[in-house]
Amino acid sequence: MSSRFWQTLRLGLKSLLLHKLRSGLAILGIFIGVTAVIWLVAMGEGVSYQAQQQIKDLGANNIIVRSIKPPSDATRGGGFFMAYGLLRDDYDRMVANIPTLLQAVPMREIRKEARYLDKVTDVRLVGCTAKYLEINNLRMSRGRFLSDKDLERADNVAVIGDAAAKVLFPYENPIGRFLQVEKEFYVIVGQTEDKTPSGGIGGSLAAQDYNLDVYIPLSTLRWRIGDMVATSRAGSREGEVVQLSQITVTVHELAEVDATADIIKTLLQKFHPVVDYAVTVPKELLQQAQVLQMMFNLLLVLIAGIALLVGGIGIMNIMLATVTERTREIGIRRALGAKQRDIVSQFLTETVVLSATGGLLGVFFGFLCHPAIVGTRAVMRQLFPDVIASLPSNIQQLEPRIAPWSIIAAFLISVGVGVVFGLYPAQRAAKMDPIEALRHE
Amino acid sequence: MKMAARIIDVHKDYILKGGIVVRALRGISIDFPEGDFVAIMGTSGSGKSTLLNLLGCLDRATKGEYHLGGEDVSKLNDNELSEIRSRYLGFVFQSYNLIAQLTVVENIELPLYYQGNISRDARERCLEMASMVGLSDRLDHRPYQLSGGQQQRVAIARALVNNPHVILADEPTGNLDSATGEEIMQVLEALNAAGKTIIMVTHEADVAARAHRTVRMRDGMLETHTPTGALN
Ligand SMILES: Nc1ncnc2c1ncn2[C@@H]1O[C@H](COP(=O)(O)OP(=O)(O)OP(=O)(O)O)[C@@H](O)[C@H]1O
Ligand SMILES: [Mg+2]
Repeated sequence: MSSRFWQTLRLGLKSLLLHKLRSGLAILGIFIGVTAVIWLVAMGEGVSYQAQQQIKDLGANNIIVRSIKPPSDATRGGGFFMAYGLLRDDYDRMVANIPTLLQAVPMREIRKEARYLDKVTDVRLVGCTAKYLEINNLRMSRGRFLSDKDLERADNVAVIGDAAAKVLFPYENPIGRFLQVEKEFYVIVGQTEDKTPSGGIGGSLAAQDYNLDVYIPLSTLRWRIGDMVATSRAGSREGEVVQLSQITVTVHELAEVDATADIIKTLLQKFHPVVDYAVTVPKELLQQAQVLQMMFNLLLVLIAGIALLVGGIGIMNIMLATVTERTREIGIRRALGAKQRDIVSQFLTETVVLSATGGLLGVFFGFLCHPAIVGTRAVMRQLFPDVIASLPSNIQQLEPRIAPWSIIAAFLISVGVGVVFGLYPAQRAAKMDPIEALRHE
Repeated sequence: MKMAARIIDVHKDYILKGGIVVRALRGISIDFPEGDFVAIMGTSGSGKSTLLNLLGCLDRATKGEYHLGGEDVSKLNDNELSEIRSRYLGFVFQSYNLIAQLTVVENIELPLYYQGNISRDARERCLEMASMVGLSDRLDHRPYQLSGGQQQRVAIARALVNNPHVILADEPTGNLDSATGEEIMQVLEALNAAGKTIIMVTHEADVAARAHRTVRMRDGMLETHTPTGALN
């Protein structure tokens, strides 16, 4: 039986090779459809992976509360200094009043210049606690991170980000060196590993680059620099007063996230008449991103379905022409003892060979998605740097991710298209009257 | 005497579009004993091909009985008729009817393929058939690379490969010159001598003369039975 199958296949191939151009065109339709499916899905997966990865970085069990600058006439205090944002009291109230709270990590960030000898770079100076390392999934490449003891004693210690270290200490180990920020010197105790910045996810959370960070104890930042920061150039008296830039609240269980976020909002509302904060729930963002991804995938499936339908119609067209052209052959085969189902299987085999070949080629080209996109982008960057620069960062950094299911689905669908669109021409061939078929010219 | 085929009062009507009925066969009864070699002659349109198609199970009679090797095949369905063609019958056509994209061996092999038999034995049988019709050196040629006579020999080899009870030939020499036609007739005679029943339609009297007997048709009916043996 199986040797008969191979025989059928061999004869089918022979007939197809007789009309190479025609067969090639039929294959092309399916090939394009299958490649389109795989590429589109891979790009969709790439975009959503970026977003989901960033959201996961934020932690699904976390609630992130950030200070936000309100419209200028609505701030606390007066004069040239604008006071807004989260307070140390807010932090204390959260720790005291939220039963589901596992931990709360306060943080204050300021843009500053950091120096070492003659080298200078702009950094994000982050005042934080020991937990900051863990909740941001940072890793140490050298030394240690800030400790609770550093915070207690408000020591002048610092941990330096990978890129900042490369600028300031290109040839030496930064550990033990003294980093200068304004008039203060901080002894470097550690360096974090390089962390590729993920694309922004919009809303209040932009893309975060940790590589140009310098971390010092929150208490040290408070005593050495204070809450007040001049926003304009030196000499001007404008500035802002911010106690905390962010509090990251972690709960024990995912189910507690929503209720805890509500408590936080209620707490903040009570003490902030002006909304100068934003509460972000990564879990919600994740769910939104997943829903969006699902809709996107559905759309892609639709597009791919249309592409394959068009391919299928192409195949059917060609098979109908083939059947008509080979009427005589069908008559001969029937006279020699072929049953109707033999004729059906003969033409169906040919169609499926065509569509499966298109499918296989499509899968092969599907795997080339990543190099193709990365290559195209590189070429475009050479030729039209402006165009590339104007694209959103998540497209600039898009890494297509081939979804295994899309490979399997695309191939199976291509074979299915062959069967569905081949059945009618094959039936038509089989139903021919043998005598009339024999008489056909 | 054992009968290879026998038809009893067979009618065949074709109904045209306007409801016009063409009565192609109008009550034919005839017996073909095993080992028979019959030539069917008659004017054009007299129903020779129609009769041969019925005998070949390519078509079904409007009325009447058809027994093939003792089995009544007039009531069989399409699938069963295909099976009968595959096991008991061999066809030789005027226009050879080889499949263009297949080689000589592959053409000869086809009936075995539809019997579901493509074993090593089958391959050997194909080669045997090819050598019997003198085409052992052309096995991998394609039909367009052969002369008409050679193509017809391939067709004969193909008709024989499934070891049929009856060989049906519709004007097997009609497209050939007389010398080549003579060669084909020699092959058919040899087959008949080896015991095959052959039913052949022809227009040529000298071709018909090679058969044991001639059946003449006119307007869908039998005219005469002439045992050719008596003429010689
Ligand atoms: N499919 C058909 N539809 C309608 N009429 C048909 C059909 N096939 C044959 N006929 C008619 O049946 C009659 C017998 O035809 P048939 O082909 O058997 O003649 P024939 O004896 O083989 O002639 P020839 O010597 O020219 O081959 C003719 O009148 C023909 O027109
Ligand atoms: Mg005829």
